[in-house]
Amino acid sequence: MTYELDTNPKFAQYKHPEALVSTEWLEANLNKPGLAVIECDEDILLFETGHIPGAVKLDWHTELNHPVTRDYLNGEDMAALLSAKGISRDDTLVIYGDKSNWWATYAFWVLKLFGHSDIRILDGGRAKWIEEGRELTTDVTQREATDYPIIARDDKSIRAFKEDVLAHFGKPLIDVRSPEEFSGERTHMPNYPDEGALRGGHIPTAASVPWSRAVEEDQTFKSIEDLTDVYINKAGIGEASDVIAYCRIGERSSHTWFVLKYLLGIEKVRNYDGSWTEWGSAVRVPIVKGTEPGAVPVGF
Amino acid sequence: MVEYTETAQEIVDAFNEVPVSSKLELLLEYANALPALPERYADHPELLERVEECQSPVYLFVEVEDGKANIFLTAPSEAPTTRGFASLLQLALDGQNIDTIKAFSDQFIQDLKLSDLVSPLRIRGMHGMLTRIKRQVQEKSL
Repeated sequence: MTYELDTNPKFAQYKHPEALVSTEWLEANLNKPGLAVIECDEDILLFETGHIPGAVKLDWHTELNHPVTRDYLNGEDMAALLSAKGISRDDTLVIYGDKSNWWATYAFWVLKLFGHSDIRILDGGRAKWIEEGRELTTDVTQREATDYPIIARDDKSIRAFKEDVLAHFGKPLIDVRSPEEFSGERTHMPNYPDEGALRGGHIPTAASVPWSRAVEEDQTFKSIEDLTDVYINKAGIGEASDVIAYCRIGERSSHTWFVLKYLLGIEKVRNYDGSWTEWGSAVRVPIVKGTEPGAVPVGF
Repeated sequence: MVEYTETAQEIVDAFNEVPVSSKLELLLEYANALPALPERYADHPELLERVEECQSPVYLFVEVEDGKANIFLTAPSEAPTTRGFASLLQLALDGQNIDTIKAFSDQFIQDLKLSDLVSPLRIRGMHGMLTRIKRQVQEKSL
């Protein structure tokens, strides 16, 4: 960690205060060498309507996924992408976005698959920056192309596959979707169209904690006391050091993954990005319907 | 080859003429051009129908008069993609004959060739808007 940390007292309560910056800190540090600001939004046109000066856009839909296989970019493609955006391996990255940093934490997680060391989330995201009347620009950011190294993607440490989830029964599993998706009443988010899972319900034993319980109304992260209450006490994580989170396609659960790993400091947290679109369509995997988590399934 | 209204054809042509890299910029121009709701609807949100298929709060209303339809759509500025889609449909269909709208092909949405840039959820949201516009036209022209 080479770049100056944000010493905002709010962040000191978290296990990894170095993973967050405040809007004040970012404004004071804009345009300093060694810092790259990245915006990642759900609405892929939002960046163009105005962004933090000097920020580059990362498009979750067109840039992070492999164009053919249902997977992320490989090391070569990621190196090419980040080089073209002018990002260096030793840059400090500050990521922010719309909707309580939902997609920003997703980008954070994907970049961590490639082991980029210093990545920070702007607490409160795009909404807080705008709410505070800070500057936005539509000027296109020019960063000189870099030579980001080819890094093999690490799919073991923070990513879980279906087989990992089947082997995980008995340890905490967090379902971050809406209560209706958890119970099986619907297979997609309220107000969002159906993305095509064939069965509704949840993975047996999963605790239901919709992702947005981690944020305040102003889209900043909740206090450590609140987060401890929501996840450690009420969702039954307790003393456990190995947790998997999932949602529908792995984006909302990146947000919870960030909270569990960086704010609460749980040692091993993995995001199951196959999530419900895979599990709810897979053959012969156990599913529970209704509001109760359900028992550890036998024979899996 | 599907036949469109003149404006719809112009929109399809515009999206097919620009390089892929400029398509989002073009969509943003349309988003910025979405007219504000007239006062009679701006002050009466309960008259508007929510497009449930859209990720953002999109509302619409159709007026039918003398066999023609006036189309009103609104979407928040934090959702420019959705505003862009609303604007395209508004331009393509506003002021048209009700029979033209009833016969308007969903192929319009595919012909914009945006599916590589925009997630399937968004594309389905636009289908939701079009379906609801047609349904309101149908109901109000009986």
